[in-house]
Amino acid sequence: MALQEKLTKTAALTGNEAAAQAMRQIHPDVVAAYPITPQTEIVQLYSTFVNDGIVHTEYVAVESEHSALSATIGAAAAGARSMTATSSNGLAYMWEMLYIAAGLRLPIVMPVVNRALSGPINIHCDHSDTMGARDAGWIQIYSENAQEMYDNLIQAVRIAENPDIMLPVMVTMDGFIISHGMENVELLPDRAVEEFIGEYRYPYALLDIENPRTIGPLTLQDFYFEHKRAQADAVVKAKTVILKVGEEYGQLTDRSYELIESYRMEDAEYALVVLGSTAGTAKYVIDELRQDGEKYGLVKIRVCRPFPAVRLGEVLSRVTAVGVMDRADSFSGEGGPIFAEVRAALYGVSHRPHCINYIYGLGGRDIGPDLIRSAALDIKSLKDGSESDSLVRYLGVRE
Amino acid sequence: MTNMLEIRWHGRGGQGAKTAALLLAEAAAAAGKHVQAFPEYGPERMGAPVVSYNRISDTPITLHSAVLSPGYVAVLDPTFIGSIDFTAGMPENGALLVNTDTPALQLRERLGLQNDSIKVYTIDATGISEANIGRPIPNTSMLGAMVAVAQVMELDDLLQDTERRLEKKFHDRPRLIQGNLAAITQAYKEVECR
Amino acid sequence: MTESSQTKNLLKDHVIIDKAIEPNAGWRDLPIGAVIPKGGTSRQFTTGDWRTIRPVWSPEKCIHCHRCWLYCPDMCWVSEDKKIQGVDLTNCKGCGICANVCPTKVHAIEMHPEDTKTEHTAGED
Repeated sequence: MALQEKLTKTAALTGNEAAAQAMRQIHPDVVAAYPITPQTEIVQLYSTFVNDGIVHTEYVAVESEHSALSATIGAAAAGARSMTATSSNGLAYMWEMLYIAAGLRLPIVMPVVNRALSGPINIHCDHSDTMGARDAGWIQIYSENAQEMYDNLIQAVRIAENPDIMLPVMVTMDGFIISHGMENVELLPDRAVEEFIGEYRYPYALLDIENPRTIGPLTLQDFYFEHKRAQADAVVKAKTVILKVGEEYGQLTDRSYELIESYRMEDAEYALVVLGSTAGTAKYVIDELRQDGEKYGLVKIRVCRPFPAVRLGEVLSRVTAVGVMDRADSFSGEGGPIFAEVRAALYGVSHRPHCINYIYGLGGRDIGPDLIRSAALDIKSLKDGSESDSLVRYLGVRE
Repeated sequence: MTNMLEIRWHGRGGQGAKTAALLLAEAAAAAGKHVQAFPEYGPERMGAPVVSYNRISDTPITLHSAVLSPGYVAVLDPTFIGSIDFTAGMPENGALLVNTDTPALQLRERLGLQNDSIKVYTIDATGISEANIGRPIPNTSMLGAMVAVAQVMELDDLLQDTERRLEKKFHDRPRLIQGNLAAITQAYKEVECR
Repeated sequence: MTESSQTKNLLKDHVIIDKAIEPNAGWRDLPIGAVIPKGGTSRQFTTGDWRTIRPVWSPEKCIHCHRCWLYCPDMCWVSEDKKIQGVDLTNCKGCGICANVCPTKVHAIEMHPEDTKTEHTAGED
């Protein structure tokens, strides 16, 4: 299917097509990428745009993900707006370069299509890949559907390149469920995206030969700590910038974005905390429960890095019980990564709700309305002391 | 949410079950519907059984889980009969659309469907495709028949959108475009119910 | 990709370029990402204190072939009017390359341990 024809305002696109369209409109100077299921289609489509002369990007076909991000880092440091994309083991193979991109403060934007990490080998969705990379110093934005993937990628450019931030951003969508599922997507005109993201501004471009400079020097006991402190500060400041960009994007599209999305939380007594495509299915369940007169709400974590602890504390301190859904296990023996962080966020609130963990959907295991409903009804039975029985519950696994 | 259509397509790798779901979603989206189309990914081999799905609704669809009880099921390959339970999960009054030249009543017997809770529709999609396009690829014919059975949209809207998209793909082969449109129209009109 | 006017503004507002990086600078006063925002800064890093042996030059033997001048990795050898004037030890690590490349028959450079007094070392040690 030629994608050119789909450039009307609304189109039916797969998540990968939506991501490729966002990249086409962002029009980076350099894309260096290596294919991996289920991300392949994004870079395949983008290389087609390059081949057809639709974009004037320098496309670097590399031999691995480690090289993909290395080349992207080099290009970004040279002064080029640079992107790559990956999934799962590809992200794992980028590992050391992830930290370097963040430590050098290079504003790279990278779509990541969530896929379970091997082994056993699996190609389907869970969040073990990006959850493992959550402390690499990148901003992380999770998308519920193809539209959000498109919207988040465009916003990510503004967030990454903000002079106060200058951090790489990974924007995720669920593998196959979103990446290969076709949905209605509203696309902005090319010019609107161009104006929204503005010109690339990296202040230390290596190709600026009149101002020679060194990027990536050795810092030891003398300076490393100060640079990490500055990096931590940028992550904190990112919260404000993400909100501002999300609001501005809302003025452009009627779709504004925050760090979290509260769904029917106004008078909720029970809440689920979810991220990714499962949030959509959970909304369907919340609607059904509400029809039955049950006071349930949903909190979707959109931005996982920086972690919106204060906002979560605000909305969750009003409920009796919270079920935190993790599509990854941390193997700490104490539940999934989101659970640990949500519980930590609740430590400081005056009214602390019961809070338990549901680990679900590993390796692409389907998570339908019935399973989510069973978890929702489960948290209703929580009483003082009852959590200690099983703080961490596995949803949809065969016993 | 009650007005949401859920469709399951059964085909073999290479027959276009995935494409049929994508074409339907695109056409329905162009007609103003909210849509989803997604395949069930497994070993992707020519000839291996494959399944794909649609959700079509007048209101936004937030569900991102598997389709477990499709109101409509399309079977692109008659050789599946006897080996796959097409009716799995189908609700009362579900509709089964099969590509076969066997009359619907006879097919119902062969499938062992005793009661009338599931409607059975048949269409000789392969025959129609061969006659109109010159190739035994049944997906556009099945698309026409499914649009009629599930009343997804008007035939004219489907033809218009399909023509627009085929023109991009086969701009140098106008006979192929006209053949596909004729196949869709014939299948839309001839689909038989029992 | 080249610097636009926008970038120049950004440089002014957000980037510390001209200011020397002070050894005791706090995290707010450092360029982001540990960038060293100007060139030639290695001059500030004197490597002379790495040295345990030093080149001792005999001007009367020197034929001014300039091999030492050419091969020295730290540009320590001083030349004026096509004549070697001596060695500036500020950045001399004592690697001995100069003595090694000095033609055998000339033998104008010898390496001597740092703790011995030697004469004929040009330059200000």
